[in-house]
Amino acid sequence: MKVVEIKNLTVEYPGVRALDNVSFSIEQNDFLGIIGPNGAGKSTLFSCMLGLYTQYSGSIHFFGQNIHDSKKYLRDVGYVPQKPIFEKNFPATVREIVRMGLRQKSNEKRVDEVLQDVWIHELSHKRIGELSVGQQQRVFIAKALVGDPKILILDEPVTGIDAQSTELFYGILRELNKKQNITIIWASHDLDAVNRLANKVACLDRTLFFHGVSDEFFSNEELVKKYSESSMQKHMHNHVES
Amino acid sequence: MTLEIFSYGFMQRALVSGIAIALLCSVVGLFLVLRRYSLFGDAVAHSSFGGIAAGLLIGIYPMWTAYVVSLISALVITRIKQKFDISGEASVAILLSSGIAVGLILISLSGGFNVDILSFLFGSILLVSVEDTILILGLTGVILIIILLLYRELIYSTFNEEQAKVSGIPVEKINYLIVFIAGITVVTSIQLVGILLISALFVIPNVTAIMYGRSFKQTALLSIAFAVSSVIVGILISYLFDITPSGAIVMLSIAIFAATIGLKWIGLIDSSKMHLKKLSLSNHFI
Repeated sequence: MKVVEIKNLTVEYPGVRALDNVSFSIEQNDFLGIIGPNGAGKSTLFSCMLGLYTQYSGSIHFFGQNIHDSKKYLRDVGYVPQKPIFEKNFPATVREIVRMGLRQKSNEKRVDEVLQDVWIHELSHKRIGELSVGQQQRVFIAKALVGDPKILILDEPVTGIDAQSTELFYGILRELNKKQNITIIWASHDLDAVNRLANKVACLDRTLFFHGVSDEFFSNEELVKKYSESSMQKHMHNHVES
Repeated sequence: MTLEIFSYGFMQRALVSGIAIALLCSVVGLFLVLRRYSLFGDAVAHSSFGGIAAGLLIGIYPMWTAYVVSLISALVITRIKQKFDISGEASVAILLSSGIAVGLILISLSGGFNVDILSFLFGSILLVSVEDTILILGLTGVILIIILLLYRELIYSTFNEEQAKVSGIPVEKINYLIVFIAGITVVTSIQLVGILLISALFVIPNVTAIMYGRSFKQTALLSIAFAVSSVIVGILISYLFDITPSGAIVMLSIAIFAATIGLKWIGLIDSSKMHLKKLSLSNHFI
């Protein structure tokens, strides 16, 4: 069953086409890794999918409904940004932050469950700003999960996180996908991790370079090489442009 | 001090109104401070000066015209900030100076400064009427109920607008609501400390509370405690020593803030909970 369907998605920013005619779909319970170099359009794609950017052509359907028509789909979507921007000294505990994601007014039992699921229960009374970046990201996963989403969207969530925390984070994602049947859409630079975790891969380079089964992509050396070269060229191009 | 003070009607009204305003300002102010809207209160208060002057000139109760002008100004400044590429700081400066300029022109047309205008500039809580007290209590009740009902939406959109949007919270509407509530709170509070000291009520108890509080609720309760105690003690001191209540109230808030800094200085407050760099008063422009 398709839970997300993107058709001919094109986004033009002044002087640059950020996404060019991108089409693909995501099945229920997929673990989709979206890979691509900086500037490939991953964050733009997520902004469109989350309704944060609406000036695009093409269409995006969640659960069969065009997201232009209703924002109700967001109830079933959890989102973990690359690096959440918040006032460092915001006076809120981990529990209070997680509680923000609740759809019902009060469900402390559910808050406890997700805090345990992401291994931060013992930190629940700490102020959010006192945590490491890795711990903060687990808090934001918990916040996304507490509303019982069917789809979890993560935008390069392990940027700036140490290796041990990254592995813990990946373990949590695997559990959520396998045991709680949550569809995961995950943007990453880490090809090795995508190879290990994702069952589907979408290679983005402003256009969609490849979309399909993960093994098909990673077992095809020619495809990986072609993608790496393209990414390198793009990286160099971006570097020169900047 | 004798209990006789509390038997006077004007003192009872001053204390009841003062406590209600302190409660309101600390709760609304916490959202403003965390959104870096601290000087918003100042800007709206100054714009209300034009409204007060207009009311006095045309013979309408000045608080009503102040409410109208302040709310329009608050909504206009928010719209300008959203629509055009003008920084919040600059929009505050524009609003602040236009309010004062309009007020000065209207005052000069009406024959210059008088006692009424001065009481709005510096506050006149001891002169608050029964009707004013009822209005203050009513507005405080309504605003606190709105905040309680929309607590999750308010705290979430204050914490991170983008994530709140993704969670389906109508962030733009919430932003307008905050501005609307803040506008009403500012004008209501003018009677306590006056236009010139209004932002002190919004900012100082909250900046102090943030240094102690771990959770949002704890911080809000501490801020209320600091604000309410400053108001009660300030009003009593002003009566006993015959000084202006607004000055006494604000100076007490500053004393609590200074004591907190002192406690930090000697290491009695956990440094991991100190937040002065980010939340210093001078950094709080919109």
